[in-house]
Amino acid sequence: MHFIETLRKHGAYPLKAQSVETLQVNVGYRCNMSCKHCHVQAGPLREETMALETMKAVLGTLKAAGIRTLDITGGAPECNPHLRFFIEKAKEIGCQVMVRSNLTIFLEDGMNDLPRFYKDHEVELVASLPYYLEEAVDRVRGERTFEKSISALRTLNDLGFGVERGGLKLDLVHNPQGMFFPPPQSTMEEEYRRELERRYGVFFNKLFTLTNMPIGRFRHFLTEKNQLERYMERLRNSFNAATLDAIMCRHLINVGWDGTLYDCDFNQMVNLPLLENYPRTVQDFDRFVLFHREIACDDHCFGCTAGQGSSCKGAAA
Amino acid sequence: MAEYYNDGDLDRFGEVGEHRPDLFKKFMEWYGASLEPGVLSKREKVLIGLAVAHAVQCPYCIDAYTKSCLEEGMNLDHITEAVHVASAIRGGASLIHAIQAHNAVDKISM
Repeated sequence: MHFIETLRKHGAYPLKAQSVETLQVNVGYRCNMSCKHCHVQAGPLREETMALETMKAVLGTLKAAGIRTLDITGGAPECNPHLRFFIEKAKEIGCQVMVRSNLTIFLEDGMNDLPRFYKDHEVELVASLPYYLEEAVDRVRGERTFEKSISALRTLNDLGFGVERGGLKLDLVHNPQGMFFPPPQSTMEEEYRRELERRYGVFFNKLFTLTNMPIGRFRHFLTEKNQLERYMERLRNSFNAATLDAIMCRHLINVGWDGTLYDCDFNQMVNLPLLENYPRTVQDFDRFVLFHREIACDDHCFGCTAGQGSSCKGAAA
Repeated sequence: MAEYYNDGDLDRFGEVGEHRPDLFKKFMEWYGASLEPGVLSKREKVLIGLAVAHAVQCPYCIDAYTKSCLEEGMNLDHITEAVHVASAIRGGASLIHAIQAHNAVDKISM
């Protein structure tokens, strides 16, 4: 059964946005890493990067539409040369700014002062750390990734991120290292907290557990292993209607590197823009039309509604 | 015989219920209920499942419970420790029978 039919069966079609509390902006697909699970298929050779003019249009939209949260993603957002300008201006207009960081970027040339910049601008960090063990992380994200991530986390803790006295937010993201579902978020958060402190003296605020989406590099992996249909079947069979209130598309709009609007970052990667008749770009943003828009769905959406669900803030049910 | 255990056959488990569905239904209800969290957590239960899977050496159960362990956030260290427990108990179960052998020797010896 397709996703839309499943929604119909549960009386949830058409799926509509409940609000737009967050503008999630993908500032480009370039990244210093090429993780095996990346839905963006980001990497050092990707050239798609948000231009300064597009960023200015985003800032205009944030202000005009009264959207208070800017969620910056990529690729590695730090690979965009205008990132600091973007954050400074967003803070000036009173936005809460979140950056989804891979952590290892801080160790690249010219990036060492980024943690300090994030501190000075009270940026909230959401950092990828698929597991608390080196072997598991390096297998998915590449050699020495874990070591670099721990080093970056220590720097952030020293600056006041993720520690009580600092008051700066540092959340971590767990995702499964293969074709299985994430563990219960609260159990895993407890385990991360205990193990990261005990083994490495590292602290964080919250843990978000995400389901691997059947798109991008993870889809290639499933196809190579001849397991795509099996994984999709499991996602379909695990549909949980209780996740529908909290999934990300109902509370945000996603902006692509070229200014195109999407219901979420996953739709961006499968080239599924907002449904017809809605504004297409951030320059044409119309809050009255978009805040309660109908959401474009396809079968990859089963990835957000399976089991405990999966949204930008982890479990959805 | 090389094809005796096929990955896809696990998904066909329900076909067992095509004959005497009443018995299969009872089994499935019991099976499902036994894995629900109770005094033991789901995590503890799937780890027991993994250990038993190795003790009874069922390839389907090993695949299924390895995945369940990963989905409870466990890693290869948890999995390997559990298999050691299962194996050690199997080993101990054999070894304790040395006493029967000793007794047997006593029985027939002068």
